[in-house]
Parts: sequence; structure tokens; C-alpha cells
Amino acid sequence: MLNGTTAEIVERKALRINPAKTCQPIGAMYAALGIHGCMPHSHGSQGCCSYHRSHLTRHFKEPVMATTSSFTEGASVFGGMANLTQALRNIFSIYSPEIVAVHTTCLSEVIGDDIPTIVRKAQEEGSIPEGKIVIHANTPSFVGSHVYGFSNMVMAMVNYLSEKTGTTRNQVNIIPGFVEPADMREIKRLAAALGADIVMFPDTSNVLDGPLTGQYKMYPEGGATVAQIRSAGDSIATIALGHFAAHVGAATLESKCNVPAAFLELPIGIGATDRFIDTLRNYAGVQVPAAVELERGRLVDLMSDLHQYFHGRRVAVSGDPDQVIALTQLLLELEMKPVYAITGSPGNQFEKRMHELLDGPVPNARIKQTADLFELHQWIKREPVDLLIANTYGKHIARVENLPFVRFGFPILDRTSHRFNPTVGYVGAMNLINQMLNALLDKKDRECAEEWFELVQ
Amino acid sequence: MSVPAHPPAAGYDSAGFPLPSAPVPESEAVRLEMLKAYPPKTRKKREKQLLANDPATPPEIGANTRTIPGIITQRGCTYAGCRGVVIGPIHDILHITHGPVGCSYYSWLTRRNLARPKPGQPVNYLQYCMTTDMMEEEVIFGGEKKLAAAIREAHAIFKPKAIAVYSTCPVGLIGDDIHSVCRKAKEELGINVFGFSCEGYKGVSQSAGHHIANNGVFKHMVGLLDEPDPQPFRINVLGEYNIGGDAWEIDALLQKCGIHVTATLSGDISYEQICKCHTADLNVVMCHRSINYMAEMMETKFGVPWIKVNFIGAEQTAKSLRKIGQFFGDQRLTDRIEEVIAQEMAALRPVQADVRSRLQGKTAAMFVGGSRAHHYQHLFKDVGMLTVAAGYEFAHRDDYEGRAVLPKIKVDADSRNIEELDVEADPQRYNPRKTPEQIAALQAGGFNFKDYDGMMAEMKKSSLVIDDISHHEMEKLIELYKPDIIGSGIKDKFVIEKFGVPCKQLHSYDQGGPYAAFTGAANFYREIDRMINSKVWQLVTPSWKKPADPALALGRGIDSPANQAVRAVVSGLAKAWKPRQAAAAAPES
Repeated sequence: MLNGTTAEIVERKALRINPAKTCQPIGAMYAALGIHGCMPHSHGSQGCCSYHRSHLTRHFKEPVMATTSSFTEGASVFGGMANLTQALRNIFSIYSPEIVAVHTTCLSEVIGDDIPTIVRKAQEEGSIPEGKIVIHANTPSFVGSHVYGFSNMVMAMVNYLSEKTGTTRNQVNIIPGFVEPADMREIKRLAAALGADIVMFPDTSNVLDGPLTGQYKMYPEGGATVAQIRSAGDSIATIALGHFAAHVGAATLESKCNVPAAFLELPIGIGATDRFIDTLRNYAGVQVPAAVELERGRLVDLMSDLHQYFHGRRVAVSGDPDQVIALTQLLLELEMKPVYAITGSPGNQFEKRMHELLDGPVPNARIKQTADLFELHQWIKREPVDLLIANTYGKHIARVENLPFVRFGFPILDRTSHRFNPTVGYVGAMNLINQMLNALLDKKDRECAEEWFELVQ
Repeated sequence: MSVPAHPPAAGYDSAGFPLPSAPVPESEAVRLEMLKAYPPKTRKKREKQLLANDPATPPEIGANTRTIPGIITQRGCTYAGCRGVVIGPIHDILHITHGPVGCSYYSWLTRRNLARPKPGQPVNYLQYCMTTDMMEEEVIFGGEKKLAAAIREAHAIFKPKAIAVYSTCPVGLIGDDIHSVCRKAKEELGINVFGFSCEGYKGVSQSAGHHIANNGVFKHMVGLLDEPDPQPFRINVLGEYNIGGDAWEIDALLQKCGIHVTATLSGDISYEQICKCHTADLNVVMCHRSINYMAEMMETKFGVPWIKVNFIGAEQTAKSLRKIGQFFGDQRLTDRIEEVIAQEMAALRPVQADVRSRLQGKTAAMFVGGSRAHHYQHLFKDVGMLTVAAGYEFAHRDDYEGRAVLPKIKVDADSRNIEELDVEADPQRYNPRKTPEQIAALQAGGFNFKDYDGMMAEMKKSSLVIDDISHHEMEKLIELYKPDIIGSGIKDKFVIEKFGVPCKQLHSYDQGGPYAAFTGAANFYREIDRMINSKVWQLVTPSWKKPADPALALGRGIDSPANQAVRAVVSGLAKAWKPRQAAAAAPES
């Protein structure tokens, strides 16, 4: 397994090996699923749509609906207008969504299809029924990463849907970033516990974590409604959770509808969750109830109980930039040593922020954007770590190097915790701590000498 | 259909199909109901891909035609068929995808083409995903330089025997010449480097990618090593991808019979095996759709004949073994094959009978691939289940109607885009494995080369055949047929299961398998039994939403007998408790 990976590092300028990112359209598709009654549409070859649906399905184990323009060679030469127009006609007559969210692919981007013009023409010739909406995001696969695709679709939601009527609503917008339905559910639960009225978009809870009832619903209960996203233009403020996936959407809303934004990080760990709660409390004009303080207290208690198992442990982290930035803060709160931290996504803010976080406590930490798992593995071979935190693609490294492994981020294709257990909020931190402890102690219990195999830990 | 010599077995009709325990709806009515929702143009197209079957004279099906935009298809692209399916399983060469990151990422370990490193072949590169990760700059200025550098870097790090390069959509559009980059790299590095122009937009489905892959494997690998394996009775198993270990199961069975597998294309296969596969005596074809091109080209160039086999289903496996035995015409081999079949069937029959006792009369539907929707009908039939509807995702007319239809297939613009290699007999190495007299003798005995009758000939009359099924049709199918199980892929799996119908993934096997050969058949019977009879489906409706069940009512409520019985036990315990401290603190008086 991974037979070709050695500690000897050969400089690479062209070859990506075992990437820690994927392409924009899958992020756009995921974001679009967080609009109620929405059909995501992939404007390109049908393979893109098939790959994205398959991969999202493997992660969520849920139906993932999306349509495609099914480009053939002809469309690639003459442009995809006929394909998109026909697709829209079919989608609305067969599947009746409220809204179709079109995203582009590398193919349609290279051709240069002008989606708004195509949609306008489709509207004029009656392919889009009265009252139905089509929005679009440009998501070229050769720019950014899946995280950028998510962000671009969020921006499209604001640009196409959000409106300022002039009457301010007593609600706070939350743009949650590229996180799990379980995380979105947790953010809503915390807001409800505070008594704050929020509009969260996108919202994939109750879309991609649906129940088994014996009845299939193409458009499940969940998702931010078009009306809610529209009303976001009238909110008091926006809280955007994560620089890469959420901030641009919030900035768009700020400039379009003059809704002030708080640019926060993902609320993973105590500090970041405190900042989120504090910001939400201030904007919504509510008090933090005792129940939330109790949750927080239980987390601090857990951290103090388990401090001995985490302190000083060397950790390698790979993931999406917002996730790695936030998780690093939890690791530092536990006084662990995140010695290697990579993301596959490009963007200087990652390295800048990570250096701010790590230069003090872990001065020799290796931090890299646009990196890949092959390189991370080489670092580990040169100087090992005690724990690896990555998405499922880290499992081969963990096996080869015999490392305790915690699955975190997108995608997780081989375990199930992410489907129900959030990683955001105080509860999310407890979940992460629990998973890390299990991974560390399971290895110890499996491998330690018999005399050190202890009943109590 | 031939008239069966014996009266039908219990639970089967006179044509040998299982009798369903509930009435099956009339397929033409279902078809019309499915078509109702479509706009006229879409309907006109889909009409040709939804048919009521007639096994005697299969109707013409509009297979291998473009998918209508917006319809929600199962299909993928040419790249997926080429890199993902046919060549991906070669585990000791490097596979570099030239394009933006996504295509390589999604084809990274997502097909279950398992491989185990063998002695003398220690490397397994399948865990690596390699790509040029094309960025905007290369899209604008061209990506050839980056590709050349990537190949060089890959060579410097891994020192592989060969490198395969795959084009994605934008590469075709910007006009990168990957073949010339590969040729130059081959000269520079002294290893085999070759490219596949398998841009996703070519063709109408994965199928075009299979063809492109066949061409490339044939051109760049097959025939490079003229060293036949020393064993007698050498065959290649073509169109077998070792999903869930199927190829290992087939290999073990063949070995037991004394038949040697030179190469399995492409499952758990090394570069060397591909390079010498032309030295085998016979090609046996599992998935006709994905690899018939290779079988044809190897016959033309090297004289290796091919026959269609099927190792899915007990009877089919036995039939396939006998056919291979017949080809070699060696009495000891034939005897050994009969011995093995007898042994394996003796072990399998009790499992089959046990499972059939719970599944007889149940129904299945399958929409998958280019051969499995046909092959797996045999496994269902083995346990008394009728396939009421089936169709392929990317097959052609010959896979439905049989190869007899080949001369009648019109080559449309989409197929014309895919190169047909001009293959001739190799002046030195062409070696027909059988003389014309031997061939005539075999044929006189009912042996057919290059025969494939297709799915329809083996499906019950009036069953529903759907090519490239849409999501809408799948929903209607579940509503109207209420099949007990559906075989499909990952994108449909959880849709179908939300309806409360179990779905067996027949691409990835839901991480199960093997299902090939006799041992695999037993695995499949048990798996289907588990899925259909799983208690989880009965948990869907909570008791308060079910009609009042007297048996259930007994367990509910304060005064129910069950509650009273518990009260009788615990109330005595509750009364027996005396507050000791209170007693001690009581005044002494």
C-alpha cells in the first residue's frame, strides 16, 4: 500500500498526487441542495453530474438529486444553449422544482456559455414556467476548489434572491460554510436556545439527513426557502462562518443590501464557539441562557478531565481551509501540537491565519495551502506524529504509518459519525474530543505491553 | 423459445421463469404511464427506449443514443468508462489524468476493482490519484508543458514500468496534443508512455470510453511480451473487473478445473499480464459491452478466438465451464470439469433450496451496466425470483437484441467519433488456435464462437425493458411494480430505499461480494435473502400509525395484561421496602 511514497522529497511543480481538494461544481451542487425545492443543474458533460451525485451520496448515504445538460461533442463545439434550454423545459415539466440552480463546469467555462443570456431566452420562449426561478453560479473547475464552488453558489443566492425592502426584520442571517447537515442543525439549535431568530442559508439539514418513512420526497422538508433567502436582505446582520466558504456571500449581502456582516470562523472549539455565541447574542439582542452555559461548562470539564491524554501530542491535519483553521484552535485549546497542517485549496488567507495561530505555540509547524496528501505523508515519514486528522482519504496513510486516525471534513466515505454528530458548537467539540481520545487510547490498548494494559484510564 | 423437455419445476412456468406470487402489471400500461409526464420531444425519444419484451423476436431498442438533457440519468462519461473501468485496474503502472482536479479525484478508488500484490510484483499503485491539476493558466496557454513535467516528476518519484495519460473535457477543447507529449516522454524516459483521448463529452455514455480504452490497451500494451505461460489450457477472462473479488473466484474455479488464466482484463492485473495476454489459447468474454472490441481485435491480429461466457448464476457458470472444456476438447479436462461442477453444485444446492424457500415468487428489477442487468437475472432465477423489468445504463442494441442485429445497427455521428482501429493479422504471430475443420466440427456440435444472444432472448415475454432509465421512470416503476428488490447503482440506491424497497448496488456490490462462480452465487443468494427479509423494513411505520393490532394492543396501556403482569412482580418488591433509617430515628416510646 502506498508503495511509492518515501521520505525523500522530489520537488513537484506539475504533478498533483493524492489531492486534498476537488473541483468547484460539487461544492455548488451541495450548496444548492440547501435551498428548499431546488434542483441543482450541472451545465456540462453528464459525467460531472454523475461523479458529483455519486460522491455526495457516498458521503451522506442519502438521495442526491441533480440534473445535467448532457453535453456531447456537438454541444462542445457549438455551445450548450440548446442543451440547457431543453434541460430546463424537461426539469420543470417532469420534476417541478421551485427553483433550478445552474452551475457551470470546466467544459462550459472553456466554451464560454453565457448562462444568464441562455436563461433569459429560455424564459422568453416559455421553457420556464411563470413564478419559477433559475439562478446560476460560474464554477470553473480549474480555479479554486470545491470550497470555492460552495461559496460561489452562496453568492449566487444573494445576488439573485436577496432583496432589501426597506423594512428591517428582527432576524440575523447565518451563512454556515461548507459543513455537514448535522452542523447546520446544531447552529440552529444553539440559535433557538438563545432565542435568536435566524435565517440560515444554505441549510442542508432535513435534506441530506432525511428519515426513512417508506415515502420518497424529491424535495424534502429542509432547505432555506426562497422567501427566507429573499428576506435576508432585510436582516439586522449576517454572521458568516468561515473565510473561504462563507465570507464572500456575506460581503455580497453587505454591499447589495447593506446588511452588516460579522466575518467569523467556523465555531469549532471553545473560543470560536464563544465568539459565535457572543456575536449572535449581540446582534439578536438576547441573553445567553443557563442551558448553553451548562453545555459549555461540561465541555471545559471534559477538557480538564482528559488534558493528560492530549497535551503535547503531535498532530497532522488535512482538510478544507475553514475547517483546518477552526480545528487547529480546538487542538491548541487542548494544548496539542498541530505540527503539520495542509489544505488542498489555494488561498493565502489559510497560511496567514495558520501562522498567526501556530507561530507562537508550535514554531516549527509546517503549514501549506495547495498541498496534497502525498506531501503530508512524506512529512510524516520524515518526522512522525501521534495523530492524523483528515477526510477518508487519510486512511491509507494511517494504516501504513500505524497512526490513530480521526475522520473529519469532507468527504467521509467509510464511517457514519458525521451524519449525526456535529463538530461545531460545544457539543461538536465534545464529539471531536471523544473521537480523538478513542483513537489514541484504542491504539495504546491494542499495542502496549501487557503490564501497561490498564483497566482504568 | 425451445420447448422444455421436462414438465416445469414447482414454482416455475413452462419456459423456466419463476412464477411471481403477486400479479405483475401489464408492461405496456406501465410504459404508457411512464411516458405520460414527458414533453412531446422527450416522449418521442424515450418511447424507443422503453419496450415490452418479446424473447422470440426482440423488438428494436433505441439504445446507445444521446441522453436527453435534464431527465436525470444514471449515465456517466467517456472518461469514466476509459480510465475508471477498463484501464484503471492495472495496478503496477501510473495513471495520470490531464485536466482539472475533479475527474481524477472522483475516479480515485471509487470502483471496487480489487488488487492484491503478488510475489515478484510487489507494487500496487491503485491508492494513488495523479493529475496535472490544470489551472486557469494552462487552460489559457495550453497544458502540454505541465503534462510533460508531470510525467517526468512521476517517473522520478515512482520509476514505473509504464504511464497512462487520460484527457478530460477541457483538454480536448484547448487542443493539447497528449499523444505527442506521451511519445516524447517515452523516448526521453525509456518507458512505455501512452495517452487516451477520452474527453467526457465524447460519445453518449461510458461506453465510448470502453471503446477508446480497448483501442489504447490493444495498441500500446497487448503483444509486447511474447512469453506464453507454461501451463496448458490458457485463457484470458475479458470484461471481468474483479469487483468484490469476482475475478479471484472465477480464477480459483478455473484453476480447480485445470484451466489457466493468463490475464483478466481488467481485474487484479499487472502490466506484464496485459502485455502477454495474446499468447493465450482462448478469450472468454464476461461483459460483452465493455470489451468485445478487444476480443475482436485479438482474434484478427493474433488468431485468439473468443466465446461469450457468464459466471454469474450456478447454471450459467456450469454451462460456461463446459463450453471452455468443449473448446479444448481434452477428455481429462472435460472429466475434471464435470467433477468440479458436481462437487460445487452439491455444496450449493442446499443453500439455494434454503434461500429459495423464503424468496420463491418474489420479484426483482435491475438497471445497471452493460451486462449485469442480464447476468444477474440468472442468480435471481436460481432462487425463484422473477425479473419483471430490466435495462442497461450504457449498452448497445446487440447487448439487448443479440449480435445477430449488428449488421443492422446504424452508426450515428456520436459513434462515428470513436476511432475504429484498422487491425490486420500479424505477419509473424497470427496463429489460429483451431483449424477450419476443428471449427466446423465444434460448430456441428452446437458450439458457437462470438455468440451473444443478448438480454431480451433470456427475459420473460412482456417484461419491461428500459434503456438508460430516468429517475422519473424509476419512481413510476416502484409505484406500479412494487418489486421486492432493485439492483442499481449508488445514485439510485438511497432513493429506492426511501420507498422502503431494498436496493442492491450492482456496480460496487454495496462493499459485498464476490458473487461470481458457485461460491459467489451462494453469497448472493444469502445477501438477497438478508436484504429482502431484513426486519428493518418493518420498522418504518411506528406502532401508533399502524392499524390497531390486537396482539400489539395487549402490550399497551396501564391496564393491559402485559403491564399488569409486570405490576404483579414489582409491586411486591416496592411494598417490601422498609425505610431503615426512618425506623432507627423513630422515638423509642
